[in-house]
Amino acid sequence: MGGLSARADRRGVGASTREVIAERVDRIADGVVSLVLVTPDGSPFQPWEPGAHIDVHLGDQYVRQYSLCSSPDDLSHLRVAVLDVPGSRGGSRWIHGNVRPGDTLEISEPRNNFPVRDSRKYLFLAGGIGITPIIPMIERAAEAGKDWRLVYGGRSRGSMAFAEQLVGTYGDRVDVVAEDERGRMDLAGVLALPRAHMLVYACGPGGMLRAVEDLCMGWPPGSLHTERFAATALGPGSVAEPFEVELARSGKTVSVPTDRTILEAVEDVGVRVLSSCRQGLCGTCETTVVSGEPEHRDAVLTQDDQDGGATMMICVSRAAAGCGRLVLDL
Amino acid sequence: MTIAPAEGVVTLPDDPFSPANIADPCPMLTRLREAGPVTWLEKCGAYAVAGFEEVYEVLTDFETYCSSGGLGPRDIREDAGWRPPSILESDPPIHTVMRRALTGVINPATVRPLRERFTGPAEEIADELVARREFDVVKDLAEKYPLRVFPDAVGIPQEGRENLLPYGNMVFNAFGPQNEIFDLAFAHADEHSAAILRNCARENLDDTGFGARIWDRVQDGLITAEQAALLVRALLSAGVDTTVFGIGNTLACLARSPRAWAALREDPSLAKFAVDEALRLESPFQKFHRTTTAPGVLGGVHIPAGAKVLLFIGAANRDPRKWGANADTYDLDRQASGHVAFGMGLHQCVGQPIARLEIELVLKALAARVDTIELTGEPVPLTHNVLRGFASLPVRVTPRS
Repeated sequence: MGGLSARADRRGVGASTREVIAERVDRIADGVVSLVLVTPDGSPFQPWEPGAHIDVHLGDQYVRQYSLCSSPDDLSHLRVAVLDVPGSRGGSRWIHGNVRPGDTLEISEPRNNFPVRDSRKYLFLAGGIGITPIIPMIERAAEAGKDWRLVYGGRSRGSMAFAEQLVGTYGDRVDVVAEDERGRMDLAGVLALPRAHMLVYACGPGGMLRAVEDLCMGWPPGSLHTERFAATALGPGSVAEPFEVELARSGKTVSVPTDRTILEAVEDVGVRVLSSCRQGLCGTCETTVVSGEPEHRDAVLTQDDQDGGATMMICVSRAAAGCGRLVLDL
Repeated sequence: MTIAPAEGVVTLPDDPFSPANIADPCPMLTRLREAGPVTWLEKCGAYAVAGFEEVYEVLTDFETYCSSGGLGPRDIREDAGWRPPSILESDPPIHTVMRRALTGVINPATVRPLRERFTGPAEEIADELVARREFDVVKDLAEKYPLRVFPDAVGIPQEGRENLLPYGNMVFNAFGPQNEIFDLAFAHADEHSAAILRNCARENLDDTGFGARIWDRVQDGLITAEQAALLVRALLSAGVDTTVFGIGNTLACLARSPRAWAALREDPSLAKFAVDEALRLESPFQKFHRTTTAPGVLGGVHIPAGAKVLLFIGAANRDPRKWGANADTYDLDRQASGHVAFGMGLHQCVGQPIARLEIELVLKALAARVDTIELTGEPVPLTHNVLRGFASLPVRVTPRS
């Protein structure tokens, strides 16, 4: 698994795909392989921004999302890093067992559900393989001369991909917390003192992110940005299909393409919705769902509310896989 | 401590707390903005911040512009304030645990169930007022409705609720200087404070309200018992007055804008936008102070450490550089989101979804019953150091035909 949800157990998640060649397949840490992907004719990939991921089509069975951990400044190749999760349902195991240098794979174009907002300071928090989307973010922050810091936790140094390189390149800005040396990351200590204009980008297992979310409730609203990759948690971006939204009160129907939010699509046709943060954090754009199944990507609703599906934050949330049409009380 | 103005800053003679400027602040707000986004008010010994961009910067840079110096003109760390500092008067890391506790208790998920509970009382009050045709928005509606629904949501006893408005009046007036307005607000300070403090104790709160949920966090070990009481106090002091003013100011905007009322009557789902635009144009919380922790540059002006800066929320929310040439107009079509009426960043109002809900429900209840609403006399502005609202707002309504 890479830095994203592995829930998408079906074909055809992405609309358009392309063939690439696995130029290199390297074991870079215990249980982690890195795939360096190039195009068959050597042409460059489309530009992408830190936080982006690709869908990788695995044989005939699975589609999985993996965060890009190469440099967005070098489009000659893409790189993903895949953790072999014992007992996982097959995606990462398939890559570890089947992909050899020179093999052809089918992938989507890069898409970004974890973009980085411009700010003055950044705190990056990574748990295990959750380091992958953070790597390009750090590169960009360092290039721009931003004030940043990374706290990267994992079981042991040997299992933590890129740990050594990150310390070698960035020195004191990187704090590698290997559990077998120092115990778990002291998230409460790390997040005890909110800093002005500091954004927090966190990627890791669900337990770590729940702790981070709780601690960041004392930070300015909108400071925290997360991406989940635990197989049980529904992560952002597990579905990237266009869908339709019927606006029950205004009698309009709008199409929501993959690169627009429901909120944007609704505003495009002149229907007004009150919104504020537009990042799934403040709850202002909460909208009643008349029918259809939403996929929640906000940080506001409780688990019960998300499961209930009667309401959704249309600035970030979308239609669930297989639900081609949502009817909203708008 | 006396702070001399930095060199080169424009010095203004205006006193934002003079009776004339309190009665009608808009001309002064325009003067301040036109003199520059940051100026020196010699009468206050404070820097005035009136530009939207600069106000936003101060609100979001909570390290340079701290809150523990108090929201009033005096530095409350130098001489004891009139009460133990609230969450509003604290900085991280003390602020951080208190905010965590409060955000866990008041958030969109916990506020949503209030919509159903708050709707009935809004409709009952609206029925009664429409039957009367003529009424005072402030006394008969704005002061009645929040007092009917909000204390129940917090879970305080019936006894002593009459102290809520006078206590809120004390708290907010203390963000201005110790003038006649202040003295009047504090005339029965001990009595009001004691009553509010009693309501903050766990044993006096019911088991279902926000107050009890805050006290739960003491069991979790997140906050101390003293902090829990301070957080309940914060709800009781900030949760009523501001909403009273929000309701009054919104209806004042709509009574003066028949076209907007007609649009709202046609489509009550516009109520949320009507509220947001009113909060922008007639922001209830008009001004408060921050204290600098380090020298800095704001709006091109060098500000030394230890200085008081007076933020003019009302000026920022009418800054033409942000809102355009019609910034002084009530425009229901405007995208008002992004205003700073609830603050911004670290100290942004936690009760914001409750306040918005209350005002929206009042508007919806009236819009469903009323064809037209018009003023029957000049509204009487309230004399208050930092809040903007009315003492009286007489209107006549025609029931829906």
